[in-house]
Amino acid sequence: MSRLQVVSGKGGTGKTTVAAALALALATEGKRTLLVEVEGRQGIAQLFETEARPYEERKIAVAPGGGEVYALAIDPELALLDYLQMFYKLGGAGRALKKLGAIDFATTIAPGLRDVLLTGKACEAVRRKDRSGRFVYDYVVMDAPPTGRITRFLNVNDEVAGLAKIGPIHNQAQAVMRVLKSPETAVHLVTLLEEMPVQETADGISELRAARLPVGRVIVNMVRPEVLDAADLELVRTVKRSSVGQALSAAGLGGARGGGNAEKLVDPLLYQAAEYAERYALEQEQRAVLTELGLPLHELPLLAEGMDLAGLYELATELRKQGLS
Amino acid sequence: MSPDPAEAPETAQAAEAAEARETAAEPRTAPEAEQGRRLSPVRVLDVDPLLDDPGTRIVVCCGAGGVGKTTTAAALGLRAAERGRKVVVLTIDPAKRLAQSMGIDSLDNVPRRVKGTEGGGELHAMMLDMKRTFDEVVEAHADSERAAAILANPFYQSLSAGFAGTQEYMAMEKLGQLRAKDEWDLIVVDTPPSRSALDFLDAPKRLGSFLDGRLIRLLTAPAKLGGRAGMAFLNVGMSLMTGTLGKLLGGQLLKDVQTFVAAMDTTFGGFRTRADATYKLLQAPGTAFLVVAAPERDALREAAYFVERLAAEKMPLMGLVLNRVHGSGAGGLSAERALAAAENLEDPRIVDQRDGKAGLRNSPDTYGSSPPPASETAVAASEEGSPADEERSVDRLTAGLLRLHADRMQLLSREQRTRDRFTARHPEVAVVEVPALPGDVHDLAGLRDIGARLAAGRPEEP
Repeated sequence: MSRLQVVSGKGGTGKTTVAAALALALATEGKRTLLVEVEGRQGIAQLFETEARPYEERKIAVAPGGGEVYALAIDPELALLDYLQMFYKLGGAGRALKKLGAIDFATTIAPGLRDVLLTGKACEAVRRKDRSGRFVYDYVVMDAPPTGRITRFLNVNDEVAGLAKIGPIHNQAQAVMRVLKSPETAVHLVTLLEEMPVQETADGISELRAARLPVGRVIVNMVRPEVLDAADLELVRTVKRSSVGQALSAAGLGGARGGGNAEKLVDPLLYQAAEYAERYALEQEQRAVLTELGLPLHELPLLAEGMDLAGLYELATELRKQGLS
Repeated sequence: MSPDPAEAPETAQAAEAAEARETAAEPRTAPEAEQGRRLSPVRVLDVDPLLDDPGTRIVVCCGAGGVGKTTTAAALGLRAAERGRKVVVLTIDPAKRLAQSMGIDSLDNVPRRVKGTEGGGELHAMMLDMKRTFDEVVEAHADSERAAAILANPFYQSLSAGFAGTQEYMAMEKLGQLRAKDEWDLIVVDTPPSRSALDFLDAPKRLGSFLDGRLIRLLTAPAKLGGRAGMAFLNVGMSLMTGTLGKLLGGQLLKDVQTFVAAMDTTFGGFRTRADATYKLLQAPGTAFLVVAAPERDALREAAYFVERLAAEKMPLMGLVLNRVHGSGAGGLSAERALAAAENLEDPRIVDQRDGKAGLRNSPDTYGSSPPPASETAVAASEEGSPADEERSVDRLTAGLLRLHADRMQLLSREQRTRDRFTARHPEVAVVEVPALPGDVHDLAGLRDIGARLAAGRPEEP
């Protein structure tokens, strides 16, 4: 099991949720995981129903069996100041740099520097050991940028390494890249059973592979429960309206004759079933496309009550059941 | 429609169970459910007058990723074109399917006419190529020798190929160009899929102020500064900084930055001026912002931030497009009653009792099951003469239909609550709801359909 688990996915597929559930799942049975957020949206704090997190590693949840999940929202500016402090003992000069706009420059504009700082921080956490020589975190889960940018984000160290041909950033980039391209890392892609996210997942996988970054699993999120099966859907097309009306009436929903309450329900209910059938067919198609990708495929259910903390634990349990941790 | 469990004493248990579910779940009565779907306290956004108004020159669609922003932009563009305007849609990163839906296999940096539109207008579409746009800016403002030097600079190559802010900046740049050409009646812009929608507003300023700012002056003109009196402090700061940056990035990179910035600066300084001009363009009366969202917590939270931010920046917000809203033609049947009814049908004990047309008697709606007295059941014979297992499979199907409906109603009420939370915070924002489609858009007809739904202002019920 790779110790750095990167979770990406098209916007709107719930990659932050999946990353958080994965961190919980990996923490079960006394393990300690670090969940890092690199896009400054404080999505993790919202998920775990805590206040916005400052730039520090803090325990955010306890997993079944005594495990712990820590969280860190990486702020590139603070990470850079941190870094400068660590290597150059800058002190007040760091603030001066900030005033001059150098920090802003470095983290916003400078090619890839921002991304080196973000990935670098995650890799540092992966490698960090305590005094007894044991890893501080068993796993680091990264809530990464979306599929469209993930390869560039992870590969950015290559670009920086090309630009900054010498110097500490160069060395740092090289070190980070070694971790990212090793089996220590797995990049998972979250998708939905819809055309565009599936297409983007397929494209993302080819890009990751071309950059020789280790692709992990495909996780289909928010899978709707199968309410009607293939046989039901066949019957929907042939069933007599009157029989459905009678069944509704028998169930206690009013009269089945023309104008009766049950009768009035028949058309809307059959219409909803037709919509369901159309989506069902589309989902089956997309599932087939995903299967073709030849990667381990996992499905997480759509939570009927919407996403909350309890739901997060539910998804974590599901991930464990499916062998992701 | 009042539940009367007492009517059927033998099923008091079922009624109790149904009641327990009723209390456990969100208590909603049928009329409430119906009322809830009406946009009563909210202003409805009327899209057509906005698109038809010759004064509207720019429509900006913004919002979180994955809410159908690009599709909305394309549908609005098509609708405006088919209502007679000459439109260009500037998309940032359209899915292949969407480009294909406009009959264009690969969109590029030049507007292409979309074929097959109806009516007197024209639709053109293009996709932002940020590197190409950046190159064009350089080529347009520098002599060929300088331009070549800039284009070959590694710092420039990285910057233009898409690091934080470049895409947003180039989107603004392109918008400014398109508007300056004055070739189109209406420009519909889709915003970049940023980590936050707010980047669209921030990044250009950041890039502009950086390229035009103090740091760059320090980096590029140390000699000038050193010559002035009273600059000793700054000089210390500068050498500390170039020293540190040099150590950090490696001397070569710093040199590249310096030559790059020098070249940029002398050839077409005033990045900030350009950024400011585009910014003003966005505040001008001809511009309309539409915030796009889906009825989900995160998307609407992002939308709320954006609404507040636009107000703070004095940007003209026209309204909120709420995509993928679900409706139901049977909104009067609550999730709880649908589930209770489904259980009645799935309970074999009850099915066995039902040989005939129990429902044919004019029973009032009840929560619990109320199988008819035996005498009635015996009289009624099956109209269709269908065998028992066929009836059973219809029962099974009907139970499925009811469960499907219950899911739909739960989804509906969740979406409702999410939307209400937004409108409570921003009652001034006009909203248009676009119903969820089961599949993706594949052609102009699909886009046209979405345009019609956008203009209808509220979901159509079957």
